[in-house]
Amino acid sequence: MSLLEVTDLAVAYGDMIALEDVSIEVAAGETVTVLGANAAGKTTLLRAISGLVSARRGSIRFDGEPLLAVPSHERVARGLGLVPEGRLVFPFLSVEDNLRLGAFTPKARSRADATLERVYAMFPRLPERRRQMAGSLSGGEQQMLALGRGLMSLPRLLMLDEPSLGLAPILVQEVMQQVAAIRDEGVTVLIVEQNVHQTLKLADRGYVLENGRLTLQGAASELAASDEVRRAYLGL
Amino acid sequence: MQLALQILVNGLLLGGLYALLAVGLTLIFGVLRVVNFAHAEFMMLGMFGVYWVWHLTGLDPYLAVLVVTPLVLLFGIVCDRLIIQRTIGAPEVTVVFATLGLSIFLQNAALTLWTADIRSVTTAYSGMVLTPFGLRVSVPMLISFTVAMLAAAGLWLVLTRTLYGKAIQAVAQNREAAALMGIDVRRIYLWTFSVAVAAAGAMGGLIAPLFTVYPRVGISYIVTVFVIVVLGGLGSVPGAVLAALLIGLIEAAAGFLFGAAWAELSYFLIFLAVLIARPQGFFGRRGAEVFAGR
Ligand SMILES: Nc1ncnc2c1ncn2[C@@H]1O[C@H](COP(=O)(O)OP(=O)(O)OP(=O)(O)O)[C@@H](O)[C@H]1O
Ligand SMILES: [Mg+2]
Repeated sequence: MSLLEVTDLAVAYGDMIALEDVSIEVAAGETVTVLGANAAGKTTLLRAISGLVSARRGSIRFDGEPLLAVPSHERVARGLGLVPEGRLVFPFLSVEDNLRLGAFTPKARSRADATLERVYAMFPRLPERRRQMAGSLSGGEQQMLALGRGLMSLPRLLMLDEPSLGLAPILVQEVMQQVAAIRDEGVTVLIVEQNVHQTLKLADRGYVLENGRLTLQGAASELAASDEVRRAYLGL
Repeated sequence: MQLALQILVNGLLLGGLYALLAVGLTLIFGVLRVVNFAHAEFMMLGMFGVYWVWHLTGLDPYLAVLVVTPLVLLFGIVCDRLIIQRTIGAPEVTVVFATLGLSIFLQNAALTLWTADIRSVTTAYSGMVLTPFGLRVSVPMLISFTVAMLAAAGLWLVLTRTLYGKAIQAVAQNREAAALMGIDVRRIYLWTFSVAVAAAGAMGGLIAPLFTVYPRVGISYIVTVFVIVVLGGLGSVPGAVLAALLIGLIEAAAGFLFGAAWAELSYFLIFLAVLIARPQGFFGRRGAEVFAGR
């Protein structure tokens, strides 16, 4: 049984249909990516899974349980984490407060000290800045904080929405390595990334979304070799 | 010199009382993004509550505050459930009409229940005055001031030192990101609103032994408190306290120098001057941001 099962999902903003008949699955331990051009609906998909936007139709199951009636904050408690597009750190709270808030749910809170140590070890630039306001960090540091904060909730599935967006090439490398490290820790990852080439190397499987519909899916290596993906997303 | 000191003392004492009212209003704005026009009506309920407990049981008014504040908190929970939660996400005018409507409703409910009579709470120590260094300091005023400042400091400590307080700040800074932390945003709204209006109720209880009690008493405070909240920087708790003390001082000074009628006008002039120089208020940068996020 898959950890996450999205079936025939439809989402609309008013009259504008953003997703239609989208079905994806993520098995425990897998790394899965969703590719798509701007405005394809990738963020909408992750937000619907997190409960930040509501679904018109379809179903979302996590660990076999239907999620649509479950409010966002409770989905986090069940082990569903999202590092949102644009990072959304709390700018006027310290780095450490941001991280501790990441472990707000009772289960994560009871293990927050140990998780914090792990996150600091993984992102060595964060402990140096633990008392600094998150809003005064550089873009790359904020992304690391957002990733670390996402890990603090001890997610069973971590969704990442464009973690390298707006970063300098050297930082993109660093972030991608960190995503790989998160995957290697055994966290199941669902990632949306502009950086298609590297993401396909990192992922086991992928889906391609176009104008709110799935057009292609398969093993990451197959996608990387397909004409459609090479033309549209790899610029080859 | 003596006169200046006396004005300073009177002003700070008055300002400290405004502070407790202003802190709640600024929090409700910063966290819920709701302008609570009914805020001073919760103060009025606290005043009447203390008046009735004192009148009917003879309990000391300051002890009555301890009874009345939890009741105002409960009433705040009811108002949040019935009114405020329903306006979240609605257009701003809806929110304005909702809290303005609540204000008018509460005033008229008080008029109907308790008539327009002007009442006052008196105690054995009502007229008691301390005279340190030749200054005159009213004892009940001093007690009320002290309790109000302690309550405001307590709120500040909870907000800045506890995880739950930081969760409140997180909601103010970005409610979606807060939900992604597993924070129940509606619950934060509920507690922020009801604790903030309970603080207004407590402030009302504290001034019941000092000033007269009547159904429309809120009207004479709400404008002052809005001035304070904007001056302090919308959403900023320390800004609100600072601005409250300043407005208290201005009101006392203008009252002494030009007569009571000038008090309000004078702080409006200063309000305008400050806003021209610093449109974001004293704590503008921290203000709207510490607690009001983006
Ligand atoms: N809150 C909203 N209200 C109305 N329309 C929205 C909203 N959010 C997204 N949309 C629209 O839904 C469509 C899908 O947007 P979405 O953000 O999911 O795309 P995306 O694939 O993440 O794009 P990008 O690569 O630019 O991040 C777009 O046409 C967008 O304009
Ligand atoms: Mg997006």
